[in-house]
Amino acid sequence: MLTFTLRRLMFAIPTLLFISLLIFLLVDLAPGSPMSQIPLTVPPEVRQKIMEAMGANEPVFVRYFLWLKQFFVVEPLVLWDHWWGTDFSAGLQRIVSWQSRSPVMDIVVQRLPQTMTVIGTSYVLGVLIALPIGIYSAYRQYSWFDQIGTFIAMIGFSVPTFFTGLVLILVFAVNLHWFPSIYDTSLRVTDWTSFLQQVKQMVMPVTVLALYNAAQISRYMRSSMLENLGQDYVRTARAKGLTERVVVLKHVVRNSMIPVVTVIALGIPGIFAGAIITEQVFRVNGIGALLIGAIQGSDLPTVQTLTFIFAVLIVLFNLIADILYGILDPRIRYD
Amino acid sequence: MKLKTALLGAACAFAFAPAAMAERGSDGNVKVLYSQAISIMNPYLSAGTKDVEVGSLVLEPLAGFDHEGVMFPRLVTELPSLENGGISADQTSVTWKLKEGLLWSDGSPFTADDVVFTAAYCMDPAGGCAQLAKYEGVKTVEAIDPLTVKVTFTGPKPNPLVAFVGAESPIIQKAQFEKCLGAAAPTCTQENFNPNGTGPFVVTDFKVNDSVELAANPHYRDPAKPIFATFTVKGGGDSASAARAVMETGEFDYAWNTQINPELQAQMAAGNKGKFVSDFGTLVERIEMNMTDPSPDLPEGERSTAKHPHPILSDVNVRKALSMAIDRNLLVAVGYGESGRASCNLVPAPAIYASPNSDCKTQDMDGAKALLDAAGWVVGADGVREKDGKRFKLVYQTSVNPVRQDFQALIKGWWNELGVEVELKTIDPGVFFGGDPGSPDTFQKFYADVEMYANNFPGTDPEPYIVAYTCDKAPRPESQWQGENINRFCDPAFDALAAELIQTKGEAERAALIIRMNEMLTKDTYTIVPLVDRGRLSAHSNTLGGVVLNVWDSEMGNVENWFRIK
Repeated sequence: MLTFTLRRLMFAIPTLLFISLLIFLLVDLAPGSPMSQIPLTVPPEVRQKIMEAMGANEPVFVRYFLWLKQFFVVEPLVLWDHWWGTDFSAGLQRIVSWQSRSPVMDIVVQRLPQTMTVIGTSYVLGVLIALPIGIYSAYRQYSWFDQIGTFIAMIGFSVPTFFTGLVLILVFAVNLHWFPSIYDTSLRVTDWTSFLQQVKQMVMPVTVLALYNAAQISRYMRSSMLENLGQDYVRTARAKGLTERVVVLKHVVRNSMIPVVTVIALGIPGIFAGAIITEQVFRVNGIGALLIGAIQGSDLPTVQTLTFIFAVLIVLFNLIADILYGILDPRIRYD
Repeated sequence: MKLKTALLGAACAFAFAPAAMAERGSDGNVKVLYSQAISIMNPYLSAGTKDVEVGSLVLEPLAGFDHEGVMFPRLVTELPSLENGGISADQTSVTWKLKEGLLWSDGSPFTADDVVFTAAYCMDPAGGCAQLAKYEGVKTVEAIDPLTVKVTFTGPKPNPLVAFVGAESPIIQKAQFEKCLGAAAPTCTQENFNPNGTGPFVVTDFKVNDSVELAANPHYRDPAKPIFATFTVKGGGDSASAARAVMETGEFDYAWNTQINPELQAQMAAGNKGKFVSDFGTLVERIEMNMTDPSPDLPEGERSTAKHPHPILSDVNVRKALSMAIDRNLLVAVGYGESGRASCNLVPAPAIYASPNSDCKTQDMDGAKALLDAAGWVVGADGVREKDGKRFKLVYQTSVNPVRQDFQALIKGWWNELGVEVELKTIDPGVFFGGDPGSPDTFQKFYADVEMYANNFPGTDPEPYIVAYTCDKAPRPESQWQGENINRFCDPAFDALAAELIQTKGEAERAALIIRMNEMLTKDTYTIVPLVDRGRLSAHSNTLGGVVLNVWDSEMGNVENWFRIK
């Protein structure tokens, strides 16, 4: 297992380098310019100077190698300095956003907590809802519970989050005034009242995303359960006289969880990536909102850095999912 | 509308006189929502309106414009003029007298050195200053004494009060930004996010592209102001939901630039939690006629250049007919409602510069048809006009924007009625306004016959805006497709007037020239076909008092006077 992991990690390096080049070229070739955000009243000569100061008109490969150096050398040094109080990174140019002229990594660090709390909560909640629904739906296949579960899952799947988000805002914020429609990012939780406020403002975005996540995972759980319920070992267990509870929860669920766990693990990078649309609808200042703002403003360094971080996470969690698979299922051995 | 706003403002001032006498910080927190998030507090590094306006809560220029477009002193004792000697007789220098006893928000004194430094900061060639145009023609800025600044120009300047005037060119503190000159400007993240200022508020917490928390500046020059203790600016989302947060849910006190269609405006106003305010500046939505041939058959580098005049639109009567077929009042009703009005002028305001021209305001379809018939364009078998075997077909492009697409559809309908075949094209605004010389879809490259967008000029001086239509300002391959004369309009008589305007000093003479030049571009030649004079529309809650919408400077120019209606 260790050699497998190491081999995969080694293999990840060229993969990621290739991905970074691909992303860089794609982002660079995409139409749009940071100048589109500047009012037309700014004369062309001044625009030219602004582009020069941002380094935006250097050739592509120069910018790519500069970015590689900044991402793999300068930013880790900055982190090292931050932790150990050294100053190796003094005077080195960090990856700087064109929109705000501030280091992209600082913005990411500032935004990660919101994304983790809101999107993370919705993911955990989604999983917690999805598993029991999936298990019971499969156990009582075609019962009314299964039908309703299927119906809700279909809604969660097919109705886009920007629509459910707006519906929730109209009903619960505009008409009922129960929850705020705009996420207050400067709220600090210090006592029960502010905690309650935090919970209130999280309710709607979390609901929207939890519905979406639960819909997906419950379907995986259900089909995996159905597959296992028909297996020979289930009949054997019943023949041995085990109670239904033990048969389902000990034997079937355990075996059915193997593929579902990997699906859940593969969904985790999505938490870091944030939910672009939901964050935008509720104005949660997470990573997703950062990405969409950067795309709109053609802020190439930010877009490039964020998409690359997502790529790293996806590669990493693919590996984790594979390893988990090996651990959970004794039949699978990589060595 | 302006009178109405002024009266409302006056009414508020009287009705709430006791509140206005409140002390600094007595009214708690005010929450403002910007549908575009704030990226930076330093307007010299970002020309985005949202950054300039929120920056103006902290940083102040020497002089600003009030809501009627009249200049008034902020950090100086009086406005320099020829009469008081502040502007030298030959108009080559300006002397500003700073107010005594002004302090920065960190408690240190505000001096002439700060003003001198500000100019050096923006004029540094490596800095990429976004407001460099404000310092155009400035030779030196020197401190005569700690309270006197002298700005010398390279030559006589008819309008010398541009640098240090308006929210785009505020004074920054020398002590704070000294290390940030030139190439180091973008590395000063801390300074750019938390500038020391002389304005009513100071930043306490800055979250990039999300929110800005501010508190009353303890050293603000008026001890009774600002009336609010803290100020929150949240950014992001879209204008409809921003308006909703003020007008329907009441979560916010003020929403900036809530440009939504009239139907939605009426629906939200019914929420009774707030009201919309609007006023008109100089923003005009217009159709630009391409005077050159954009045909894809031409070799690259010759398309849309002066080498090939436009085969159809070169005839002034054709352009006039296209303008006459448009019902501008219907466009206003569909797209803007209260916050728009039909316009026939490129320079719609200030009043002294606005031509009385209003002959485009009524639609004249029959007249338009007659003009085209007379011009030799006759209706062919399929209803499309033809002349010498050439079909009357136009490509009409604009950026992706719901109102613009409505306008495109309506105008296409009218032009079809004229017998003109119209192909619509919509382009992502990031590309259309991006100015990338490699892209065929920028508005400067103009690979279409007509295009639609809006433009304005900052402050109250239309000179740089109108002189941009000289022959040499046309975008072309040699200029990397940069330039403001989008139409490739080229008339030696116009160029002569432009040269004259730059030299002319008296206000009345300048106004006459500007009006003439505006008419040359609009009603004489129909090179530019103005459609709608677009106002600024914002929303504020019923409990927020003292709001006076300012379209000539930062929209929140009088924020120190805002108060809570109890």
